[in-house]
Amino acid sequence: MATLSLVYLIATVTYIVGLKMLGNPKTARRGNLIAAGGMVLAILGTIFLYDKQVPLLIHGLIWTGILLGSIAGWIIARKVEMTKMPELVSMFNGMGGASAALIGIIEFQNGPDSLTSTIVIIAGVIIGSISLSGSMIAWAKLNGNMRSAIRLPKYNLINNVLILGILAFGCYIIWSGGHSPLYIYLLFLVALTYGVLFVIPIGGADMPVVISLLNSFTGIAAAFTGFLFDNMVMLAGGILVGSAGLILTFAMCEAMNRPLSNVVFGAFGGDDSAAEGTSSVASQGSIRKTTPSDAAIMMNYANRVIIVPGYGLAVAQAQHVIHELELLLEGKGVEVAYAIHPVAGRMPGHMNVLLAETNVDYDKLVEMDDINPVFANTDAVLVIGANDVVNPAAHNDPSSPIYGMPILEAENAKSIIINKRTMNPGYAGIQNELFFNTKTSMLFGDAKDVLTKLVQELKNM
Amino acid sequence: MTEIMQFFSDNLQMIYIVILMIFVGVEVIGHVPAVLHTPLMSGANALSGVVIIGAILVLLDTDPGNYLGLALGFVAIVLGILNVVGGFVVTDRMLEMFKKRK
Repeated sequence: MATLSLVYLIATVTYIVGLKMLGNPKTARRGNLIAAGGMVLAILGTIFLYDKQVPLLIHGLIWTGILLGSIAGWIIARKVEMTKMPELVSMFNGMGGASAALIGIIEFQNGPDSLTSTIVIIAGVIIGSISLSGSMIAWAKLNGNMRSAIRLPKYNLINNVLILGILAFGCYIIWSGGHSPLYIYLLFLVALTYGVLFVIPIGGADMPVVISLLNSFTGIAAAFTGFLFDNMVMLAGGILVGSAGLILTFAMCEAMNRPLSNVVFGAFGGDDSAAEGTSSVASQGSIRKTTPSDAAIMMNYANRVIIVPGYGLAVAQAQHVIHELELLLEGKGVEVAYAIHPVAGRMPGHMNVLLAETNVDYDKLVEMDDINPVFANTDAVLVIGANDVVNPAAHNDPSSPIYGMPILEAENAKSIIINKRTMNPGYAGIQNELFFNTKTSMLFGDAKDVLTKLVQELKNM
Repeated sequence: MTEIMQFFSDNLQMIYIVILMIFVGVEVIGHVPAVLHTPLMSGANALSGVVIIGAILVLLDTDPGNYLGLALGFVAIVLGILNVVGGFVVTDRMLEMFKKRK
């Protein structure tokens, strides 16, 4: 038992050190491996240093489960494309929540030995279930299976009543001291429902924040499980993830300049705000379409081109073509840089990950604050599948839901080329007056097709 | 009231851990560049798979005749380890790409 405690202590230290190292680009990868090593140690220690005689059947089940889950996890994580990363993290997080909820269900049926145990079990089941169903909805939304935000009438009221009802039911189970399995299954189901209702009204653009929040929930659920088993590594690790995940959630909100309450309870990325946005700002003026050859000429004779990548680039898997375009332009003596908005793509840092995959020089990825002054001296900005992050409404339309969000000031450039698939508004669901700017020309089509054509045209020049 | 005091004295060690870990978590994440938010979130997600330890403990403690308990525990292990392995592998894949530059 003493050896196991030591193993857990070492594992806990690796989690802290690993997480700390993940916060620095130079040490991040090693940090991840160190934390993973600590996890392996804790798992093996739990199995081999258990102080009771356990039948072979159970050891068999444990090893089969670990083997199956490891192989499946490994394959899924290796095979999924880089662009699908955010939804993958969400799915894995849901699995962790499910595991915590299941543990609570089993322990409830075994009969908790004290009042504290019952409380901890109930709390673990509630949080784990919310994390499970919420993550699955977030996964479906990012995957495109569930595109728009679904809002029941008075959804905030319904959700608040439901969560109070869940808490009341939890208290009832605790007070009544009943051990009927029916209670815990019912609790599981209502908590699952709450998770669904909690996430469906939130727009797709806010999913990263939601995933980070649910990740924090899973950590807390794990901590409850640790409390239940008097297990230090689960308690410490769970709280660590819970607290770190919450801070990360706030950091992400800050990058979008919106309070968390606004993300969770506010109307954003939905249909009502879309209507307002359209009527107040846009639709005045007309848009100007251009062709790949005209756009290629414009960039060919530019001194400086800034590329603004967005989610459209990721969806179209166009990161390799954009790199080719960049090299081609550089070969022609054009200075090229990428302007990276903190929340470009589906997650903060998503664009950096994608472009790093194609070996884009790290120095060419310029963060928002550094590149904004440069736009005024830029001949052409090429916006690929980005929308809200270049929307001037964030600066000059107080009625806009994104008002106050820091943006890339592409409007200051001498000319702007915007590639989009259609005129549909972006994820925030609001129209973009930049499209109607006289300096702007629109290049419609799939990002990869359009970029391939641009590359062809440039090669022929 | 006495019950609450009893709870505190019974679980004092764990309460200390909870409070200290909250601060460690805040401290560790503070001032991380936005570029690393995604890998960091993914890494934290992998760590939340620590709940797998609980799943193993449950199964170790389950009576071999309790088929429902065995089945649920087995599923909990598969899901938990999926979170751990998938989480760490995906984080590594993201970070691998950062490393390639220069």
